[in-house]
Amino acid sequence: MKLHEYETKKIFAEYGVPIPKGEIASNSDEVKAIADRLNRPVVIKSQVLVSGRGKAGGIKIAEKSEDAKTVSQSILGMNIKGLTVEKVLVEERLNISKEFYLSIIVDRSARSYVTIASKEGGVDIEQLALEKPDQILKVYIQPYFGIRTFEVRKLAQFLTSSKELQKEIISIINKLFEVVTAYDCELIESNPLVLTEEGKIIAADARMIIDDNSLFRHPHLQEKAKEELRDLTEFELRAKEFGFSYVDLDGNIGIIANGAGLTMASMDIIDFYGGKPANFLDIGGGAQAERMLEATKLLLENPTVKGILVNILGGITRGDEVAQGIVNALKVTAVKKPIVIRLVGTREKEGQKILAEAGIEYLKSMETAAKRIVELISSGG
Amino acid sequence: MTILVDKNTKILVQGITGREGQFHTKVMLDYGTQIVAGVTPGKGGQELNGIPVYDFVSEAVEETQATASILFIPARFVADAVYEAIESNLNPIVVITEGIPIRDSIVFVNYARDKNIVIIGPNCPGIISPEECKVGVMPSHVFRKGPVGIIARSGTLFYEIAATLTAADSRLGQSTCVGIGGDPIIGSDFIEIVQRFQADPETKAVVIIGEIGGDAEERLADYIQDHKVKPIVAFIAGKTAPSDKRMGHAGAIISMGVGSAEGKINRLKEVGIQVADVPSDVAKILVDVLNI
Repeated sequence: MKLHEYETKKIFAEYGVPIPKGEIASNSDEVKAIADRLNRPVVIKSQVLVSGRGKAGGIKIAEKSEDAKTVSQSILGMNIKGLTVEKVLVEERLNISKEFYLSIIVDRSARSYVTIASKEGGVDIEQLALEKPDQILKVYIQPYFGIRTFEVRKLAQFLTSSKELQKEIISIINKLFEVVTAYDCELIESNPLVLTEEGKIIAADARMIIDDNSLFRHPHLQEKAKEELRDLTEFELRAKEFGFSYVDLDGNIGIIANGAGLTMASMDIIDFYGGKPANFLDIGGGAQAERMLEATKLLLENPTVKGILVNILGGITRGDEVAQGIVNALKVTAVKKPIVIRLVGTREKEGQKILAEAGIEYLKSMETAAKRIVELISSGG
Repeated sequence: MTILVDKNTKILVQGITGREGQFHTKVMLDYGTQIVAGVTPGKGGQELNGIPVYDFVSEAVEETQATASILFIPARFVADAVYEAIESNLNPIVVITEGIPIRDSIVFVNYARDKNIVIIGPNCPGIISPEECKVGVMPSHVFRKGPVGIIARSGTLFYEIAATLTAADSRLGQSTCVGIGGDPIIGSDFIEIVQRFQADPETKAVVIIGEIGGDAEERLADYIQDHKVKPIVAFIAGKTAPSDKRMGHAGAIISMGVGSAEGKINRLKEVGIQVADVPSDVAKILVDVLNI
């Protein structure tokens, strides 16, 4: 689960990581009032959960509170990568003398957390790692003990030679690691972490992703997790309600399969035969007729889906349940679309019989089924 | 020969009295797996399908000499159950459960590795050595004994490809198949299982079923560059997956520019691995590779 910058900064503040003075606003009058209270030039930052806000024009500076009002009007309501800006963070503009990068993330191949520090901030860290690896220091965190003092000292000394600043950075890294542990973070990042002309280290930007699998340990975040659904498309939202694993894609052939790997392979094979997948929909294991009905309806009712490939290899999923669900969905939905079904595995004979009786085409190989649906769609259905 | 488990391996089922545990214990027993004990805290003293149930792993091991474990335990209790299995030296430990917090997996996976104990999973279908033993949840009928080893990150796609091998040619049966799991942090990766197949005289070729996310396939390619391995055929799922979207598995996500299918396929091809375009091509390439 991704947290907004303002939510992350609130947590930073609670743990004692310095952040700029600022407040959240959802209309331009509030923005002006905040700018008045701050009584200095402000930065107005759109709060959407995508990267590249700055480039998209979602972060702007206003010298006076009157300007803040008009500037915020140009940001509130704007669309950034498909998401509407509903809130802006209004912060004091910092007098920046230097920018750093600091993060703690999960490193899959090392099977541990790693702290990454860079002498250059406000950067694309992957790009920097390729171009100037000497500007980056990585410290892998020992899994049992957490981050240790000598490791934190090493990171601080890498970033600055000033003893004063090292102390501040040491404190910040320790606090960030506390947040990682308290919130089960997959990622916590400040990019940039800045040194101001007044000599303070401040997290000018803040980003945090929480491990979805840990949400049972964080009941106070579960409400928040529901709010995040607002950032989903209509069909992603509906799929989520039924507990399907679902992602919208930009093609026109809908896909229903069981298992994440098989669903991805179904998308790829549609593409391989010249079609374009419209979605990833994994019904999961052991789906009964009712779930299958909902999955099929979801794609039938999605206007961008022109045809559907159902690819089921049954283990704990039963062929008769799958077939019955599809037949029922076609009965209750007015929309007609080409649909090709590949159904094998547990109770495949029973399932195939149900489909045959309803006059629905089924095949036994995923390759032939994929080819067939691509042909049907490219010939105009 | 098989790797990791065979018909003589004595298996303990942790979480044997739960719905999944009960169901799969029965199926594994029917397959011929030697399940000797079960553990569910608070349910010690019962018997299920003729298998004695204990409160503690240590008791079960003492009474039955179990040597390996499979876990059907809810995500929030998995870490503790794994530690219990590790302290009794059970090896391998197969963790089927999906949805375990990463912070838990990081600690128990490292602890097991430090003790030289193999963890398979989490979030995996387990291990099957066809016609010998099954320590997992895969549908048995798609497998048959033979010379091909399979290592997969996914479940259903793994069964799909195993089924095409089994159906395609009687000489494409399998020695052992290992579902290593779809989580970002897993106990065993491709390289370690490839090494085991390397040491197994009956395995003649290895199938790798990878997917987007992480760099396990790339690291395997690095390994192959410097080491002698048996012929490998790969299939990688997720060529059409977008960035920053989780595709079902917790670990199936292209993130910060790392983990695209294209990158994995290119890297594997660079070191001479044949990568199938569609799942059914794996069998065709294998026939070629095995020269049969």
